[in-house]
Amino acid sequence: MTNNKRFGITAYSVFVLLPIYWLINMSFKSNEEILGTFSLWPNDFTIANYLVIFTDPTWYNGYFNSVYYVVLNSIITLVVALPAAYAFSRYKFIGDKHLFFWLLSNRMAPPAVFLLPFFQLYSSVGLFDTHIAVALAHCLFSVPLAVWILEGFMSAVPREIDETAYIDGYSFPRFFIRIFLPLISSGIGVTVFFSFMFSWVELLLARTLTSVEAKPIAAIMTRTIGASGVDWGVLAAAGVLTIIPGVLVIYFVRNHVAKGFALGRV
Amino acid sequence: MAEIHLKGLAHSYIGNPQINSDYAIHEMNHVWQQGGAYALLGPSGCGKSTLLNLISGLIKPSHGSVLFDGVEVNDVSTQDRNIAQVFQFPVIYDSMTVYDNLAFPLRNMHVAKDKIDAKVREVANTLDLMSILNRKANNLSADQKQKISMGRGLVRDDVSAILFDEPLTVIDPNLKWKLRRQLKQIHERYNITMVYVTHDQLEASTFADKIALMYEGKIVQFGTPRELFENPNHTFVGYFIGSPGMNFIGLNKAIDNNTDEFTFDGMQFPLSSAQKKVLANSDSSNLKVGIRPEFIQLSNTDHPESLACNVIHTEDLGTYKIVSVQLGEQTLKVRLGEDQQSPSSKAHITFPQQWVKIYIDEYLVDLQGDSEHE
Amino acid sequence: MNKIQNNKAWFLVLPVFLLVAFSAIIPLMTVVNYSVQDIFDQNNAYFVGVEWYRDVLTDPRLQASLGRQFIYSATVLSIEVPLGIAVALMMPTKGWSASLCLILLALPLLIPWNVVGTIWQIFARSDIGLLGYVVNGIGIDYNYTSSPVDAWITVVLMDVWHWTSLIALLCYSGLRAIPDAYYQAAKIDRASDWSIFRFIQFPKLKGVLIIGVLLRFMDSFMIYTEPFVLTGGGPGNSTTFLSQTLTKMAIGQFDIGPAAAFSIVYFLIVLLVSWLFFTSITHLDKDKVKEQTYD
Repeated sequence: MTNNKRFGITAYSVFVLLPIYWLINMSFKSNEEILGTFSLWPNDFTIANYLVIFTDPTWYNGYFNSVYYVVLNSIITLVVALPAAYAFSRYKFIGDKHLFFWLLSNRMAPPAVFLLPFFQLYSSVGLFDTHIAVALAHCLFSVPLAVWILEGFMSAVPREIDETAYIDGYSFPRFFIRIFLPLISSGIGVTVFFSFMFSWVELLLARTLTSVEAKPIAAIMTRTIGASGVDWGVLAAAGVLTIIPGVLVIYFVRNHVAKGFALGRV
Repeated sequence: MAEIHLKGLAHSYIGNPQINSDYAIHEMNHVWQQGGAYALLGPSGCGKSTLLNLISGLIKPSHGSVLFDGVEVNDVSTQDRNIAQVFQFPVIYDSMTVYDNLAFPLRNMHVAKDKIDAKVREVANTLDLMSILNRKANNLSADQKQKISMGRGLVRDDVSAILFDEPLTVIDPNLKWKLRRQLKQIHERYNITMVYVTHDQLEASTFADKIALMYEGKIVQFGTPRELFENPNHTFVGYFIGSPGMNFIGLNKAIDNNTDEFTFDGMQFPLSSAQKKVLANSDSSNLKVGIRPEFIQLSNTDHPESLACNVIHTEDLGTYKIVSVQLGEQTLKVRLGEDQQSPSSKAHITFPQQWVKIYIDEYLVDLQGDSEHE
Repeated sequence: MNKIQNNKAWFLVLPVFLLVAFSAIIPLMTVVNYSVQDIFDQNNAYFVGVEWYRDVLTDPRLQASLGRQFIYSATVLSIEVPLGIAVALMMPTKGWSASLCLILLALPLLIPWNVVGTIWQIFARSDIGLLGYVVNGIGIDYNYTSSPVDAWITVVLMDVWHWTSLIALLCYSGLRAIPDAYYQAAKIDRASDWSIFRFIQFPKLKGVLIIGVLLRFMDSFMIYTEPFVLTGGGPGNSTTFLSQTLTKMAIGQFDIGPAAAFSIVYFLIVLLVSWLFFTSITHLDKDKVKEQTYD
């Protein structure tokens, strides 16, 4: 690698890491220190901020709620998207192209547009302030993307494999689970990654559809303005804790990321 | 133009090669004469692509050296060695026209415009590309694209050698012969050293003056197609060349060392005294005879020196037949012309002595002179 | 692949269809419904036709917001696309450094959007943030809460930090798909680095770039959380973009009729531009298909 490249990529990496470092730095300082002195690392290293989060139910419940609906969303998305992607990949049927475009167009819908109707819709079916509501609402955006990604991976598997399985006596469900899914395992990994990514980071819908029971961590963080001003230390600690699941997910699917971003479409 | 000399050349992809199998190329000394058309033939994984890349400079050898006209070029980059290489799949610049593709190397060398034009047209003419010169390169057929790849190698005056790495792989079978012919024409016209890697012996024989047959990282024989056919100096050469390949029978020395008898499956193999002498002198237990299916004789009647065998199967391939016979435990293949009658069930098989080759430790023992080791 | 004609495939697609329809069609119908009615309460609703649409399209607040939105999307796209390509070109191709780079690059994409806003909110402050402190320290007056220019710069910088990785990762995978032989041939042809980019890498990146630009346009056009957390839309209205305006109308002011009309208009704009891109992608695919039949 040439020196120019090495310099460039290092500079960009620093650019990416610096704000995150600053957040971590802040999370280990007390509010007094934050507002009092300016230092590049904590002079008085403290884990008090984290303790607040670990001991206050409103805080840690926020994390549980978020993880819960994100996992729900990923599962629902996968379960419905897999057969649909298979259909798009293997069959022609009436309205297939239109259906596909309609699905993708939902990804292009501004979430803000759905705020009010979702609020009323989920309230009317009694699902307001539930995890499932958020999970379903996110499906509107994650399912089309999942179908698109999975269809790309599935189309790379030749139909001859399906036909051979049927000749060998496999029923469709058995073939799908035992033969087909392992072949597109990296596609599934990528889909889970993207579902997670979208659902974990989204705030607007998650906040609108919840009030107490299912309030996600993101919403709790946006309300930390107390009487004495913003609790920077705790806010920072909460922020750091929301980054960790992302790091874990990306570590586990790192090999599929490069493949996945190609989406088989290039 | 260049004479390419491989001196003590060996290559391992691993840092610290310990045993033989760590080497992709075992130590070899070889000279490719200037202006020759050579084929580098061998099965997949034998190291021919590695060798090609060592010559072109895309890989630096871990041991030994590559010399062009006597000058060591290990550290010289590919472009400075003035090598052109054609790959398995067409490598073209999609966004340019055919003309621009061919002109690209010359433009990079800042050659004068009129010279570029003349050269591009000349090469396009040779390769039959004149009609599509102004079309965009990315919508053409595979063979047209591959011709463009070749053309880019030919436009440069200073090209010392052109290396081809299985260039006809993506070409439709019915177009392959056309391109092979064009390659031959290019060679005759430009008189450049050409090295052509392939696993297809037919391609190798039609293209090359001399074939280097590779096996497991070694060049086991280097000679004209005819030499490889008639005098394979390694059992692998016998097996690989020819359709079907050579028949081999392993021989055991008779227990009683006084009598010169060489047996297999309880039968004695008819050998000349010279052949028996050579076999008797050897200490090795790996003794084989080889004979090509074309030279075995089959008949319904008994002859002296003939052995009885059973006919298992006959394949009629139109202009010739392949008969599989069982001799003892051995299955041999015999190639008969279409006019020759194939025996039905039992037959008598004769091995003409001049076509029986002796192999000790897999290498040919030449009874005229010294053994032909490479 | 040759697909078989079989309408029973609809059964496989049914779950997706129902789920998305439930989440999309019903709400959308509701919105359309609201957009053409003036609703006073449960029982008093008058059909007003396109009155709300007219109001909305002539509302100067909205027009200003739309203008700001276009400028914003154009700005971030024009920075992120070249930067993303450049980063992809600079990334190591194998070994542990490649994995490390991938993880680093993906990191900003996985941070909840409000946390992104919070990170930059802290980072850019002149009292407790590294960026704000240093910039003010070297003599430049920088305060994103009081100066619209500074607010814009910070918001754009935040978006670049947040989303360039998407383009970079897309381009990286596109580059990985180029076989080595192309680079080797280019070396043999004595092509310069710029020629290699122009004639080999860039053509092969066109597909991924279209996807990337499409995604970035859509997402930047719909952006809400990050600027909201960072500046709250201010100072004044200077960083209030379309989503925030709409949200204020719908949830904050409960101007349901106009909000609904605006929603429809908003959706249509995004749809239109996206459709333009979509047809150019499928146009690309068609070219590819043509190529196959020759080979």
